[in-house]
Amino acid sequence: MSEVVEKTKIIEEPLFSKKNRKLVTEPLSDNNPITVQVLGICSALAITVQVEQAFWMGIAVLFVLMIGNLAISLLRNLIPSRVRIIIQLVVVAFLVIVVDQLLQAFVPDVSEKLSVFVGLIITNCIIMGRFEAFAMGNKPWPSLLDGLGNALGYAWIIMVVALVREVLGSGKIWGASLFGSNIVGEETGLYAMGYMNNNMMILPPMALIIVGVIIWIQRTMRKELIEE
Amino acid sequence: MKFNKDSNSYTFIFSIIIVLIVGVILTSVTLALADKKAYNVKVKKMINILSAMGIDSDRQNGEELYSKHIGDIYMIDSHGNRLDEYNEDFAFNFDVLKQNRDKTVAEADRIFPIFEGENESGEKVYILSMAGNGLWGPVWGFVALADDFETIKGASFDHSGETPGLGAEIATPMFEDQYIDEKITKDGSFHNIEVVKDGTGKDAYKVDGITGGTVTSKGVEKMVNGTLEIYYNYFTNIK
Repeated sequence: MSEVVEKTKIIEEPLFSKKNRKLVTEPLSDNNPITVQVLGICSALAITVQVEQAFWMGIAVLFVLMIGNLAISLLRNLIPSRVRIIIQLVVVAFLVIVVDQLLQAFVPDVSEKLSVFVGLIITNCIIMGRFEAFAMGNKPWPSLLDGLGNALGYAWIIMVVALVREVLGSGKIWGASLFGSNIVGEETGLYAMGYMNNNMMILPPMALIIVGVIIWIQRTMRKELIEE
Repeated sequence: MKFNKDSNSYTFIFSIIIVLIVGVILTSVTLALADKKAYNVKVKKMINILSAMGIDSDRQNGEELYSKHIGDIYMIDSHGNRLDEYNEDFAFNFDVLKQNRDKTVAEADRIFPIFEGENESGEKVYILSMAGNGLWGPVWGFVALADDFETIKGASFDHSGETPGLGAEIATPMFEDQYIDEKITKDGSFHNIEVVKDGTGKDAYKVDGITGGTVTSKGVEKMVNGTLEIYYNYFTNIK
């Protein structure tokens, strides 16, 4: 009798229970894939020169991570454990190729902007990390939420990094000039007064330094994140 | 039926089924979208050609503006002879990138397309197609030459995988427009246009390279000079 009650309890767990909401909110701050787990750093370096690219990269990762987590979770009891990593890789490669093809066909301009980095989603450690650590052991709905949370946690960090780099490095936001024109000989706005873009911001190491600064701020605010 | 999930046969069968499913879906997606992608590529080429002439277009009006501004299209060989055995379709679709990749074609045997057009102020321009190598992959582009056969009227470049914000900046007006009004001749013979790092790009025969995109900028320099020299043979012949 008590067993039956136990079962219905599990089935009737609300879709947005506290536990499920946590799956989405935790990766945004306390368990952020970039700043806490330090995953997905390579793409955070490469595509954070402009906000627009970071945005579309975030969308692409969101799609791949949510559908991928769902698929792996549905297959979790069928996947032979010896080849599970390869199966995960097949799923992520498949999704990334589909995203790439759809972008090429329907939003060719975005596809040109992201160029090779769409393909590099395959090597984004966050995705394989969530498949292996979460989707292999959890039900489809929590896995979908976990994918959503982690993709959003990834997306907001890279967009902040891109914002800092685009503003300071190119003097633009989403491609729109902020401080006037900096064409040599025809400067306007701030550039006419001698302001110069910081070219160092464009270079990949600066992304790492900005991520470092974000981690610093985060750990100053939340002491429990500091390791012994 | 209860499977032994760790048996060899289950592992093999499962893997084969997954790969087959994925393969079939991917093939169908690719085939279903092939026409759309081919059309996008074609319009993009038209936009690039128009951009080299200084005409801004987008994916909506690219095709229409192209047919309005571009006239004759033909092929030339590397000695500067016009090749009439190739028709317009062949010349439009001719893949200079593929030719650039193909190491079995000797430099002297390469052929190139010329697009004749009229820009918005009614001047005749020759749009020349070229391909070269950037840092991560190929770069390509179009250069529009005025009918004095020495003044560049515009340039447009593109790439497949250069770093956004660095090498990829070759495809922005900031870099491309530096080529406008540069001359490709000095004292009656061909002269290179140098990509420089020292900020002297305003000088004649020089354009500024891209900070952090040196390899890509140098790739463009090599492509522009190498190909324009070949095209120059043709212009010497028809002068």
